[in-house]
Formats: sequence, structure tokens, C-alpha cells
Amino acid sequence: MNAQEPSQAQPGTWNDLRIEIIIGTLLRIGVLLAASVVMFGAVLYLVRHGQERPQYRTFHGEPQSLKSPTQIAKGVGRLQASAIIQLGLLLLIATPVARVVFSAVAFAIERDKLYVVITLIVLGVLVYSVFGYA
Amino acid sequence: MNILEFSGFIAFGSFLAGFLGALTGLGGGVVVVPMLALLFHVDIRYAIGASLVSVIATSSGAAAAYVREGYSNIRIGMFLETATTIGAVVGAMVALHVHTSAIAIVFGVVLLYSAYLSSRHREEHGPQLKSSKLADMLRLNGSYPTTRGIQPYMVTGVPAGYGLMFGAGVLSGLLGIGSGAVKVLAMDQAMKIPFKVSTTTSNFMIGVTAAASAGLYLSRGYIAPGITMPVMLGVLAGSMLGARVLVKVRVRALRYLFAAVIVLLGVEMIFNGVTGRI
Repeated sequence: MNAQEPSQAQPGTWNDLRIEIIIGTLLRIGVLLAASVVMFGAVLYLVRHGQERPQYRTFHGEPQSLKSPTQIAKGVGRLQASAIIQLGLLLLIATPVARVVFSAVAFAIERDKLYVVITLIVLGVLVYSVFGYA
Repeated sequence: MNILEFSGFIAFGSFLAGFLGALTGLGGGVVVVPMLALLFHVDIRYAIGASLVSVIATSSGAAAAYVREGYSNIRIGMFLETATTIGAVVGAMVALHVHTSAIAIVFGVVLLYSAYLSSRHREEHGPQLKSSKLADMLRLNGSYPTTRGIQPYMVTGVPAGYGLMFGAGVLSGLLGIGSGAVKVLAMDQAMKIPFKVSTTTSNFMIGVTAAASAGLYLSRGYIAPGITMPVMLGVLAGSMLGARVLVKVRVRALRYLFAAVIVLLGVEMIFNGVTGRI
């Protein structure tokens, strides 16, 4: 097989790769940041509640204070351990959302209208999911 | 068992799941939910919420390493994500309304199927050299590095792949798994995208797909910090370590062992679902 002759030039590919490497690194930083916040909350949580009994056999839903981003932020202000963990989890959920936002910007710079639209559709679904019910 | 012990055991189990999942390429998510539901008697909806979050962690954590190799195709990924994210939201909505026994049964079937997929010999197909109209229009064709230099590839079967991706999204939102196996099936088998490109692009898509349903789980109160914390930290640490030792060990025997564990868990999930214990 003559692998060395690309029949069709793919000008975008290597530029895409550079952007993706930057995005990949940002994702990693996001995950590590989220994990650190969760870890901090975990220490507080285990110190304060470590001796209590876990109650997860039956579902009763998390309280309102742990459901919406704004309520979680209030709990973090009071240094509530479970709210700090929830903040870390929220940061984690935000990392792929950030990737989609960066991709939209990258496509806009490349003037790729079709993919700006496609990316915004994905972003719309994500935003609906996180904030649609809050 | 108090919370300290409970968290410790779950973190250790999740660590093992993440480690074996990364090593065998089957992903840790598939065993986290049955482990929590069967072993720790956690309500399956809490288990799914925790698993979804850990799926995001492993996907985003591995992204940098995967991307550097230059295999993933961002256009294919983004285009198919319109199907997986909408599917994920649908799956999460279904999960919030159906009985947990039904979820357990579907979960068991998916476990059995993914064990079957992993045991089957995969045929390597060469890069597709004919493109379809839709793939041209969407500019899905790309190129990837091989031992013989940069190799271009074409994409076909876009509608079938798109449909499968929607299904992968639904499963992900319903069961809290990455459903990487279905994603790879859609790209590798239906769309004839080279295997390496399929797996790395799939990894990227898993995080975005899981985020779409995780948001819904969180806003509905299905993400419990006390369970999700040890699961997320354990799976993340395990999968990072697993990715590191991946190159040094022979994984064939381990793959079979892990597949056997998955079969067992699948049978038990179905049994518990049918008898109404979950």
C-alpha cells in the first residue's frame, strides 16, 4: 500500500491536533483541581461524620442544598463538608463542558460555520442538563 | 460499619475497578454500579450517579495522553456527540421514572453483552478508502499516524453509526456507564473508522456524554457526596495507575478474568432484578 500519498489534503488536521493538546491539558488540570476539592471535602466529612452510620439502602434524594449550583455555593460558604465535595463534583462535570466551549471557539477561529453550529447544539444539551432543572 | 469504614471499602473497590478497567480497556464503570448495588446494598440510582461522575473523571484525565498521539478526530467526535448527549438526557430521564428492578435487568444484559464483545476476536480492517456523501459534507474524513507514515481514511455508514451512538448515549444515561464498547462498535464496525481512531475518539466522547446525564442526576438529587466521593477518587487513582502499567504487563489472561467477573455480575444483576431485590 502506498501509504505516503494522502489523496486528499487535510489542512485542518494538524492544527486541530495542537488545539486538542491544549484542551487535553486543560482537562487534566480541571480533573486534578476537582479531585483536590473533593479530597479536601472528604477529609472534613470523614472527620466530622466518620463514626456515623451510612444510610444509602433506600433512596430518599439529596436535600435541596446539594442539588443546584447556587445552593451548593452557599453550603461551601458555610464550610459544609458535603457541599465542598459536591462543588468538586460540579467542577468535574464542568470539565467536559469546558472542552465543548473551547472547541466552539477553535472552530470559530477556523471559520468552520458548520462545526460551530454542531458544537453549540452539544453545548445547548449540556447546559439544559445542568441548569434546566435547577 | 460506620461511614469511615464504608468509605474506605468503597474507595478500595473502586480503585480495583478503575485499575482493572484501564488495564483491560473495558472501563471501570461497568463494575462500579454492580459492586455498590450488590456488595454494599446501595440504592442503584445512587450507584449510577456515582459511577457517572467517575466515568467523567477517567475520560477527562486520560484525554491529554490520548490526544497527544494524534489519533482522535474532533469533527467525528463532536458530530456524534449531538447524538450521544441527547441520548444521555433521554436515558437519564427514563432512569428517573422506571422501576429499579428494570434498570438492574437491563444492566445485567449489557454486562453480559460487553463480556461477549471483549471475548470475541476482533478483525482488523484496513482504512476505508471510499467516502460517503454525508461524510464528505460533514468533513469527517481524516488521517492518522501509522508505522508507515500518515494514513488517510474515509468514513461511511454515517446514519447507522449515528443511530448506534444515540443508543450508546441512552445506555450511558440509564446505567451510568461510559458505554465505550458500543461507541467503538459504532465507529469501528458501522462507520469503518480505523480502530485506534475509534477508541481514542470514543474516550473523548465518553466524558461529554456522561456530563450530559450527570447534570440531570445532580439536579434531581441522585448524586450523593458520601458515596460519589470514594468512588470518584478510587476510580481516578486506579485508572491513572492502570494506564501507567498498561505497557508493561500481558493483559490477555487478565482480560479473560475480568470478563468472567463481568459475566458473574451480569447474571447476579439479572437475578436480583427479576426477583425484585434491587
